[in-house]
Amino acid sequence: MIGKKREREDPEVGGAGMADIAFLLLIFFLLVTTIDVDTGIGLQLPPAPEEDQEPPPIKKRNMMKILVNAQGQVLMGTEETQPTPVTQVKRNLKEFITNRGQDPNLSDNPDKAIVSIQTQRDTPYNVYINMLDEVMGAYAELRNQAAQSNYGVPYDRLEEGSERHEKVKDMYPKKISIAEPNQ
Amino acid sequence: MGHFEKKSAKTSQDVPTSAMPDVVFMLLIFFMVTTVLREVTLQVKVDFAKAENIEKIEQKRLVSYIYVGPQKLSGNKLGPTKIQIDDSIIDDVSAVRNIMYDKLREQPKLIVSLRVHDEAEFGKITDIQEELREAGTLRINYSTKQEVN
Repeated sequence: MIGKKREREDPEVGGAGMADIAFLLLIFFLLVTTIDVDTGIGLQLPPAPEEDQEPPPIKKRNMMKILVNAQGQVLMGTEETQPTPVTQVKRNLKEFITNRGQDPNLSDNPDKAIVSIQTQRDTPYNVYINMLDEVMGAYAELRNQAAQSNYGVPYDRLEEGSERHEKVKDMYPKKISIAEPNQ
Repeated sequence: MGHFEKKSAKTSQDVPTSAMPDVVFMLLIFFMVTTVLREVTLQVKVDFAKAENIEKIEQKRLVSYIYVGPQKLSGNKLGPTKIQIDDSIIDDVSAVRNIMYDKLREQPKLIVSLRVHDEAEFGKITDIQEELREAGTLRINYSTKQEVN
């Protein structure tokens, strides 16, 4: 009888080692984890062209052509004679988008404005990225202004997917077209 | 007076440690969830371009990477510009289409992150983009680092 009682005394598993095991695993995952976030410029490619599909007609004034040539020069607009400094791209674009029909060479309204990006085979990648950065910057600033004047908060403070966010987004839709490569 | 002092000295001075495993487990679970156990050995050299207006990719699991840059050769030498997907160098650009198409079927919300050496020329990217369009993976992201002014 006494012996049986002793066996029943401590049926629990010792829990003291659990902390050690957990620590070991914790240290492993701490070492393996990289918390750096991926950052970059997002873009939506156009779907693959179907055969003998005509491009939709677009008024010339609603399309801003940006050509980055092999020498790393940025040529904006239809004349494409004088290279534009990359730092100027943002200002020109904002002018183009917010024209609202005033200047006959610039866009009718922000909704119709299209930015067409053209590159050549030898275009340096970093110039292209700088140019794209400026284009994104132009839209970011315009959206920020719209959010600021309509709702009094910066654009990135508006909740993603909310009605206000969508409204500002629709005010200045990002229409960036990547031209078919020409040889 | 002396009587009181003696009494207070008797109280236990240990910090209770019984909740420590819980705390550690919580941290453990956090790190387990955030860890992505996938490392790629880069066979091409990639120095990121820098930009100001960048966005974050929150869901790393959706991302598939394409590396473009000069191939690393033995003895710190750099070869011609090559494309690397996962762990292998791809010589034929048209292979990109099939690889990405398969990945897209596994993950319909796939984002293709292009990690390109900043001195590369754009022709290679144009080729890749054409292949991506054919494959139907239209969401891309040019990987850049934050520019510090």
